[in-house]
Amino acid sequence: MQSPFFNEDHESIRQIAREFAEKELAPIAAEVDASDHFPLETARAMAELGFLGLKIPEEYGGLGLDARSYVCVMEEIARKCATATIFISSANSLSTAPLVLSGTEEQKEQILPGVAAGERFIAFGLTEPNAGSDAASLTTKAVEDGDSYILNGRKCFITMAPIASHCIVYAKTSPEKGAKGISCFLVDMALPGVSCGRHEEKMGQRGVPVSDVLLEDVRVPKSCMVGERDLGFVNAMRTLSVGRIGIASMCLGMAQEAIELAVSHTKNRVQFGKPLCRHQAIAFMLADMETRLNAARGLVYQAAWLLDNRQPADKAASMAKLYAAEAAISIINQSLQLHGGYGYSREYEIERLYRDVRVCAIYEGSSQVQQMVISGQMLK
Amino acid sequence: MEAKTRDLWVYVETKEDGSAKSVGLELLHPGRDLADKQGGRLVAIVIGSGVEQAVSDAAAHGADQVVVVEGPEYKDYTTDAYTAAMYHLIEKYGPTTLLIGATPDGRDMGPRLACRIKTGLTADCTGLDIDPESGNVAWTRPAFGGNLMATILCPDHRPQIGTVRPGVFKKSAPVEAKAEIIREEFHVAPEQIRTELLEVIREAAGELVDLEGADIIVSGGRGVGGPEGFAPVKALADVLGATVGASRAAVDSGWISHAHQVGQTGKTVAPKLYIACGISGAIQHLAGMSGSDCIVAINKDPDAPIFDVADYGIVGNLFEVLPVLTEEIRKLKA
Amino acid sequence: MNILVCMKQVPDTTEIKINPETNTLMREGVPSIVNTFDAFALEAAARIKDKHPDSKIVVVSMGPEQAKAALKECLSIAADKAYLVSDRVFGGSDTLATSYILSNAIRKIEELEGKFDAIFCGKQAIDGDTAQVGPEIAEHLDYPQVTYALEAELDGERLRVLKEGQDGNMVIGVKTPCVVTFTKPSFDPRYPTIKRKMAANRAEIPTLTSADLPDIDAARIGLKGSPTHVKRSFVPERKKSGVKIQEETDGESAVKLVQLLGDAHVI
Repeated sequence: MQSPFFNEDHESIRQIAREFAEKELAPIAAEVDASDHFPLETARAMAELGFLGLKIPEEYGGLGLDARSYVCVMEEIARKCATATIFISSANSLSTAPLVLSGTEEQKEQILPGVAAGERFIAFGLTEPNAGSDAASLTTKAVEDGDSYILNGRKCFITMAPIASHCIVYAKTSPEKGAKGISCFLVDMALPGVSCGRHEEKMGQRGVPVSDVLLEDVRVPKSCMVGERDLGFVNAMRTLSVGRIGIASMCLGMAQEAIELAVSHTKNRVQFGKPLCRHQAIAFMLADMETRLNAARGLVYQAAWLLDNRQPADKAASMAKLYAAEAAISIINQSLQLHGGYGYSREYEIERLYRDVRVCAIYEGSSQVQQMVISGQMLK
Repeated sequence: MEAKTRDLWVYVETKEDGSAKSVGLELLHPGRDLADKQGGRLVAIVIGSGVEQAVSDAAAHGADQVVVVEGPEYKDYTTDAYTAAMYHLIEKYGPTTLLIGATPDGRDMGPRLACRIKTGLTADCTGLDIDPESGNVAWTRPAFGGNLMATILCPDHRPQIGTVRPGVFKKSAPVEAKAEIIREEFHVAPEQIRTELLEVIREAAGELVDLEGADIIVSGGRGVGGPEGFAPVKALADVLGATVGASRAAVDSGWISHAHQVGQTGKTVAPKLYIACGISGAIQHLAGMSGSDCIVAINKDPDAPIFDVADYGIVGNLFEVLPVLTEEIRKLKA
Repeated sequence: MNILVCMKQVPDTTEIKINPETNTLMREGVPSIVNTFDAFALEAAARIKDKHPDSKIVVVSMGPEQAKAALKECLSIAADKAYLVSDRVFGGSDTLATSYILSNAIRKIEELEGKFDAIFCGKQAIDGDTAQVGPEIAEHLDYPQVTYALEAELDGERLRVLKEGQDGNMVIGVKTPCVVTFTKPSFDPRYPTIKRKMAANRAEIPTLTSADLPDIDAARIGLKGSPTHVKRSFVPERKKSGVKIQEETDGESAVKLVQLLGDAHVI
């Protein structure tokens, strides 16, 4: 495929990810889903190929690649195992971006090489029981005490928490200043007062450990603050675009897989004397699915290109995520419909895709939050 | 090298017990015909230590002459010793043609020898004839994983050499031995043998899978769906006294060990009956089994290429077919 | 340890189809790949380098300019350096002529990269299936050889090679320098890493032509220097489809099959 967005390196990276996904992930994806467990040796194998250090700078053991490299990997991996992409997005974007952007040299050296090597996992603790999209209503507090801060609060739905060595924690240091009074901390999960809640049973993308993180009078040295005091959330806002483009890329991969499954099934399944795909109503559905997938591709690739060329990309990233997530949910729903009764069976891959894709319109900014961002830019 | 005679030689490889491997005796059969057409004798070459049985085996299968090289250095096959002995014989007697069984050792020695002589070698032949125009041996062999057959001549170099796939030719019925036996003294100094057999691992993967020698093979492919899917395949194999084979897809998925693999990157087999279960029939698989006498295919995809080579094909679910098949055969055998 | 891996770029024979009308091979659109068995040889070299990180792996291929893509693939997996041997006068060479050219090229590459302790090859190429070039290179260089190897490890001045045999495996000790040809091991070759792949995309691959190999005797290369000639090639006749059984139920099909096999005295 020739594309104005990708060069030879991007295509090589896509090829490596595709081969790995087909040979190593496709055979285990159903088992990962059923057992709710992703083998850590597979995560380390992904690290060896470079998937976990794509965007981590070279001086910290990563590859220092651009957003489009990340798009290629996320898209190809998601085709075969959505769960695996969470290990990649966590390492490349959500939990390391704050450190790469505003961490101290010491913090970067301590954390990033291990993440790139798949030896260390970092959790990202923003969401709370009463604060998701609305960060200003966070209730976790960090109170200064000599050389330390004392943290108290509860974070929920925290990806990787049970296996993480550290958690990025957002806590209010100046509660009166709302979103502009939030600081970011790198918290060692082994510190006294840090504990994980029970394992969260999820609908899809199963196999990634997710739980609450409880912080009870956790004393952290001041050197654990990431970036400046009170600017934690402001800085976090600056790293959202990559994460959103990553989720949008996942959606492309899952939708692509769903379309391939639909094409294969409707070619082979004979009803009313001919293959399903020879019925025009079915063929038109396939055409519609394919068109919307490629419309989504245009938005996602364009957003990544803008980011790589240091152009404003927030709105483009939000449009990409909004459209790709909604399109993927609908395409996968249609593919499942085309599978008929088989699609409702756990034995068929489309059933897992249907559950896996749903959260893409929810996390890293729900579709409605993306609409807020997009319209906010329009109405400035 | 010039041919000094019009003789055709067959290298008769020996087994550990000193008897002849089947393939060497098989080759004496077409060798007889080619030697007659070339107007020379049919000569068997035996190299080893304690190989009297192989000598009489060769004589009993129609050789006019048997040339034997014996010595302790030939106890186990080594490239260096066997190539040196063979080269010595060829230099001394100058045959016009040499047939070697395409066994692992035959294919190890063949190219080494051909290169030393600077002559042509045609590997892994499945057909032998005399080219009517030139009188050269016309060697026919598969290439491209069995997709293409090529007939190859070696017009200007002697001897013309080919390795021939085991099982392609049938042994002739034993005849009264009348071969002249020539014992050739030729020895290779220990320091000229640059490899050493350090260890023999008999039970390589905990099991020995004799696919090449099997009369019946029941194979499973991607369609068996997982390691547990081989259970009905094994059940059928048990009742038939068959060996279990597998396609590359099944082996690569880790459902069964590579020792069971049939096809281009596995074993080439030619049993009397080959039953392919859930194997689509990728070309590289067909290359390894299409020489079977009778092929049965069971696959749910009516368009699977395996049906193109099958004598009998069942379009259906193997998990439904196999238990009934096993039960019916058990009844038949009872 | 200094290891040379010989590699051939081949059409992926699993993707080749037969044109049913002309009964010829359809080669168009068939992807070119690193010969499967050569990939096993490269992996064996990489495993030695894993244990002895100061080792160097050089890969060489004889073929057209396009074979550079396969050489780059090897660089992205494990090789440190790659050379292409390419010249029109080499075209049409059979295995004897090919191994002669390669053994001359190996001597030339040794002038640049140092002497090789071992030369690893695949046991055969999946297009030609001859299994001859490896042993013939060994003969040209007067090196000992081990064929059908599964694994190899360095043991002082020699290699310990696990060799596949007909009745079980063997461990062979072989003095270096030597030639080892590899068959399919129980493990899969490693994947290229992104870092190596990107470096391979930028790698310069030197080409050795006949001008770089002045010792070559022109009478021993190409079509003229090849003792064997292809008289004709043809697509083997496929058996016409046999009996297809599709009864009401799968069980009935099975019963029918047993009946047919019995009638034909197969069982």
